[in-house]
Amino acid sequence: MPDRKKKEKERPAVNLAVDLGGIPLRNPVTVASGTFGYGREYEEFVDLKRLGAVIVKGTTLEPRAGNPPPRIVETPAGMLNAIGLENPGVEAFVSEHLPYLAGRGVTIIANIAGDTVEEYAALAARLDGQPDLAGIEVNISCPNVKRGGMQFGTDPGMVREVVTAVRENTGKPLVVKLSPNVTDIVQMARVAVEAGADALSLINTLLGMAIDVEKQRPVLANVFGGLSGPAIKPVAVRMVYQVAREVDVPILGMGGIMSLGDVLEFLLAGATAVSVGTGNFVEPHLSQRLVGELESYLEARGIADVRELVGAAWGRNGR
Amino acid sequence: MRKIVEHALIIRHREIVPTYFELEFIAPDIARQALPGQFVHLRVTRSLDPLLRRPFGIYNVEQKIGSVTVFYRVVGRGTAMLSDLHTAETVDVLGPLGNTFSIPSTMQRAVVVGGGVGIAPLVYLARVLAERKVEVMVLLGASTAGFLVGRDILKRLGVDYMVATDDGSEGLKGHVTELLERMIDRKRFDYIYACGPEPMMVKVTEIAQQNGIPGELSLEEHMACGIGACLGCAKKVRRPADGQDVYAKVCTDGPVFRIGEVVFNA
Repeated sequence: MPDRKKKEKERPAVNLAVDLGGIPLRNPVTVASGTFGYGREYEEFVDLKRLGAVIVKGTTLEPRAGNPPPRIVETPAGMLNAIGLENPGVEAFVSEHLPYLAGRGVTIIANIAGDTVEEYAALAARLDGQPDLAGIEVNISCPNVKRGGMQFGTDPGMVREVVTAVRENTGKPLVVKLSPNVTDIVQMARVAVEAGADALSLINTLLGMAIDVEKQRPVLANVFGGLSGPAIKPVAVRMVYQVAREVDVPILGMGGIMSLGDVLEFLLAGATAVSVGTGNFVEPHLSQRLVGELESYLEARGIADVRELVGAAWGRNGR
Repeated sequence: MRKIVEHALIIRHREIVPTYFELEFIAPDIARQALPGQFVHLRVTRSLDPLLRRPFGIYNVEQKIGSVTVFYRVVGRGTAMLSDLHTAETVDVLGPLGNTFSIPSTMQRAVVVGGGVGIAPLVYLARVLAERKVEVMVLLGASTAGFLVGRDILKRLGVDYMVATDDGSEGLKGHVTELLERMIDRKRFDYIYACGPEPMMVKVTEIAQQNGIPGELSLEEHMACGIGACLGCAKKVRRPADGQDVYAKVCTDGPVFRIGEVVFNA
């Protein structure tokens, strides 16, 4: 009898599982690339298996040293970062970090970044044969070195080119991470989907800067940095809302998630799943706490399936 | 070693001199593990602004009551908000974080050099050294006598110390590194520990290398996560294996680095 009772208690009363463009997630709460290292950094705080997925630190073809310091600065309800994609390169990722996480039963999504279309293509090809990888997120908020440093993600032609190249080199589910630093996010989303994206993640950081008034110089050595944290949440929710209504692929929503309320906002705006980003720095166990809170919320509200919430805030008339 | 988050009860919080605060809270699981050189990462508010935690070197630990003490100076909005917390309130603490000062078994006479609030983590180190019966001398530096940190604890421990002040209000008039230069021949120190403003660390490095004495420095850096994930607290160091300059994470590769390892002004 006690056994049976325990079993009943363990069986989830609600469905939390979602599908992110061919990536099955046990629940919609993931952690954003660049805010969770390779997962190990958080093992003392989070049972990684309980997360929907771990999106690991951005990987480039070759190792990168990253930008000189200062790399971060706190801003109102947020922070700016210009880390410069410091990472040990794709080979170290494949040989060290990927097997470690896979051995722990974690759903792993890689994140790739390059200076040229060719680098993105080579990265996709290198990761394509990795059975432990559930999918690939493509960071297109990088400067295109061959086109004078203009960000891939801010030009529809370059978005098409880079996503097409990645698509041609892998059968893995592709999540394209859109840059919010554009005039028309819906246009970028459409182009990415046409070029083969199975899902979209939005938003990446907003370009910003801070100035040290004593030194009368920019704070960051890189001058500009990416703004993240609660300060950007309304922008992110708006963009998810706009894009989700116009494309047929699922959306991974992120930007300033710190609470259950924030998770719900993104789902209601049309995100199928969410990523906790900067919040991981503030509260290392935040992601796992939100999984539990989301489940309790659905139970308390008698919502059988989390997917019922996705896009539930959409009005009937064009807004 | 296990890092944890504790909602710690504040049992003492007082302003020693204007802008200098001593904060003691009950965090038994952190206190039990804390080693000299490590730090705790504090949230100064439950609200979302300011958002990030603030790192503070561990100044003292009382195992009997499971308390940890930090010493800080109010330098901005975050530390100003922290200073408003009262006794019997709680503070959200993540720790213990970072590596620790090493205590080589061959060491006979250590010198500990601290400047300003940088003295804080060295006081806990001096205590552990004294408890291990290592001969230790502490050199303290500050702009003026009132800002000399930790003398009460050192007195209680019976640790020898000397002071230098910029205005000559106590001890030597000048920098604490001048004190180090004067004492180094007389005392035959064989290990140097230091923490303080960057110019002081540069000078200590120079003195240590001239005299061929090994030692360690504890660095301060702005950081977000404190656990090696954000890569925001990068500091250039010379890798001993191949002499290459690489970025180290102050939070997990440090905050303690060997003298000579840190590349300053880079």
